[in-house]
Amino acid sequence: MVSSPNEPESVWLDEEAGPVVRPYAVTGGRTRPTAGDFDLITLVVATQPVGSVREPLSPEHSAILRLCQRPQSVAEVSAHLDLPVGIVRVLLGDLLDRGLILARGPNASTPQPSQRVLKAVINGLRSL
Amino acid sequence: MDFAPSETARLPVAVKILVAGGFGAGKTTLVGSISEIEPLRTEESLTREGIGIDDTAGVELKHTTTVAMDFGRITLSDDLVLYLFGTPGQDRFWFVWDELALGAIGAVVLADTRRLAACFPSVDYFERRGTPFIVAVNCFDGAPRYEADEVRLALDLDPGVPLLLCDARRRASSKEVMITLVEHVIDVRAREPAVNLG
Repeated sequence: MVSSPNEPESVWLDEEAGPVVRPYAVTGGRTRPTAGDFDLITLVVATQPVGSVREPLSPEHSAILRLCQRPQSVAEVSAHLDLPVGIVRVLLGDLLDRGLILARGPNASTPQPSQRVLKAVINGLRSL
Repeated sequence: MDFAPSETARLPVAVKILVAGGFGAGKTTLVGSISEIEPLRTEESLTREGIGIDDTAGVELKHTTTVAMDFGRITLSDDLVLYLFGTPGQDRFWFVWDELALGAIGAVVLADTRRLAACFPSVDYFERRGTPFIVAVNCFDGAPRYEADEVRLALDLDPGVPLLLCDARRRASSKEVMITLVEHVIDVRAREPAVNLG
């Protein structure tokens, strides 16, 4: 939206506009996700292309789905969308609820990778 | 999470390593020299209730504050991705460290010999928390050179904690730092299988 400097703000901001650029405006004021337990390194991938989603999506939800056509961590989603992690968690929870993403992250029962994974990390680093 | 393994199996496993140290010790340089992407910045937006009660000195009366974390990514294979997170330097953000440390493989504490004391809080933190860590002394141009043993003594480091010299700008050096850490983690876990699970 481009506003000319002479026009009063009120022309552009009616009730429907809602709060402007307050971070939690994009979540409708929600601070906790309705689904999922998103660690910073939980990997997220879209289950379908954005174009094939029938239901209406907010610009932020669409942006996440576009970004997550390849697996991305929660931290990467936050960085690329320039949104705080807390907000990204809420948005991801919405998408998870609607089956539009899959997520895989550390969980309470296995917070630490196994020795096998650690050895794979070393091998991977060595061959960089 | 509530998924059948078959559904999420096509997603890689992600692991994380923390890079800590005082302000200006070269955390982001280290992450950047080995990351396949330019280090990214993510922000945690915090309400005042999230800030530790005994650490509020100096925190102004505002509703939210922001903690920035720089991180990098290394794709190790089709099914394994490593993330390196620089810890926020401000002491009053320990609770962010707690979140970062949860599930982390271990940590690299970067030491700068010009300001050695700046890494004491990081060493203390990981010792207290039981997170396996190593110390990497970043050899800056013009910084005083010390032998590894001298730095170890100055840091009062447990003999079991590996310490090595590095150049955080060099990819090969950063790679060696990361390998040293993960080897140390494997050793620690082999010795004490019952600890460091949190």
